[in-house]
Amino acid sequence: MQCDVCQQKEATVFLTQIVGGKMQKVNLCEACSKEKGVNDPTGFALADLLLGMGAAQEIERSPSGVTCSVCGFTQADFKKTGRLGCSACYDVFAESLESMLKNMQKGSEHVGKSPASLVKNRQMDAQIKNLQSSLERAVAEEEYEKAADLRDQIRRIESGQRV
Amino acid sequence: MKFSKIIANAGEWLTGDGPHRQIVVTSRVRLARNVTGKPFPGWAKKAERIEVLKIAKAAVMQLPAMDDAFSENLEALSPLEKQVLVERHVISREHAAKGVGSAVVMNVAQSLSFMINEEDHLRMQAICPGLQLGKVFAMINRADSELESLLDFAFHPKLGYLTACPTNVGTGMRASAMLHLPGLVMSDQMNKIINSVNKIGLAVRGLHGEGTEAMGNLFQVSNQITLGETEEEIIERLKKVIETVIEHEQNARLLLLQRKAIALLDQIGRAYGILSHAHSISSKEALNQLSVIKLGIDLGLFPESHRSSVDELFIETQPAHLQKGAQTQKMSAEERDALRATLIRAKLKSLPEPDTTKITIKPSGSQENDE
Repeated sequence: MQCDVCQQKEATVFLTQIVGGKMQKVNLCEACSKEKGVNDPTGFALADLLLGMGAAQEIERSPSGVTCSVCGFTQADFKKTGRLGCSACYDVFAESLESMLKNMQKGSEHVGKSPASLVKNRQMDAQIKNLQSSLERAVAEEEYEKAADLRDQIRRIESGQRV
Repeated sequence: MKFSKIIANAGEWLTGDGPHRQIVVTSRVRLARNVTGKPFPGWAKKAERIEVLKIAKAAVMQLPAMDDAFSENLEALSPLEKQVLVERHVISREHAAKGVGSAVVMNVAQSLSFMINEEDHLRMQAICPGLQLGKVFAMINRADSELESLLDFAFHPKLGYLTACPTNVGTGMRASAMLHLPGLVMSDQMNKIINSVNKIGLAVRGLHGEGTEAMGNLFQVSNQITLGETEEEIIERLKKVIETVIEHEQNARLLLLQRKAIALLDQIGRAYGILSHAHSISSKEALNQLSVIKLGIDLGLFPESHRSSVDELFIETQPAHLQKGAQTQKMSAEERDALRATLIRAKLKSLPEPDTTKITIKPSGSQENDE
């Protein structure tokens, strides 16, 4: 690959910048990169340091114009700060986050504590699912008394679930 | 509770006792939480930060453990007061730089503290003396569970607790211990320890966390990973590693006693000489020499009864604490160094000379292992 500036020497410095949501790529030879002052490693070390090696490339791959519709945080903001704007950003930037998390974390799924209300809801959801399949079976077997009983149980749980 | 009143007393973690107290200064666990539907503090507008501050502070103040707590908005604290809190590990250096829209809340014992709108809406921490990671986790976990019914935390079914920085996502937990490791430093083994601890996904840092210098032979060991492991697994692993480091430190001390007794005695004697006769001393030198005196107490060269006053000096000789105690206009660095030396001389006045017979008579240094 040739240097974009002098169009002569082999490019050894590959620069990618995201400015205003637009990705720009420049390939430079060593001499030109020095001349342009882009071989300063501190300019790019930040993203790599914060996000793990290779994370910067990973972010580029996802559409560069992605913006969180909830808080207005952009892909460029993310790359610059290594932080996210709000909890919805985790879904908006899910694609680039996934490989990043893989690099710096042990797994990609949380296995620790969950808020108690959530645990309770999950248990109730499972309970309702069980009851519903019993209900369907009861109906199929024409055990209507049992079915009515099951239906009442489901209603009771549902009415107490979302407070 | 007023700032002056809370600061007059040393925190429980400084004065209290705990397992392996000679080597493990403190155990800490911090949880990062965010209120769902609100932008993270670094991205939120001022009005949004103030709104979160209001609801988060109100919730924290409702906790039973925060009865008679100290609570203040950061813009109401002077830079000096903030620095005092940093030196006590109540708030981070990042938090001290914040103003309107951020706050700190801590209990009277200074064992539980909350930073509101630091990098996340809520950073809560529990701290105890010695190696008690399980206990500090239980303390902060309880506060978290109680807060859950008052605040709606951002939680993702797959990723767990959502944090501003993806390095904290999942448990949002950072568990750490502050270790005093003069033996490993003196025997040039610290780099080896840091490298091997890093390899297993744990971090070793200096006195005030990320990016700070190690002073006074004090090191913080903490977990890096927050996603893919349960809180209990993380703590258990950290605890095992710390126990191994403690063992290495004890072995290093034994080896120093057996093979380098003269050099060791020399260092302790010099530290004693400098601290009891200096008239100007920097905070870095003070910490480093105090560390050697602390080692001397561990080895039985100084009476155990002086342990607490030496431990207190670790905090009292820090710049903001000195300035606070002086109650005068802002001192220059030279004035602080002089005041620091005076304070140390006064506090160590009753400390007897190192009892060197302890080392030659008991070369195995067995007294150090007696808990």
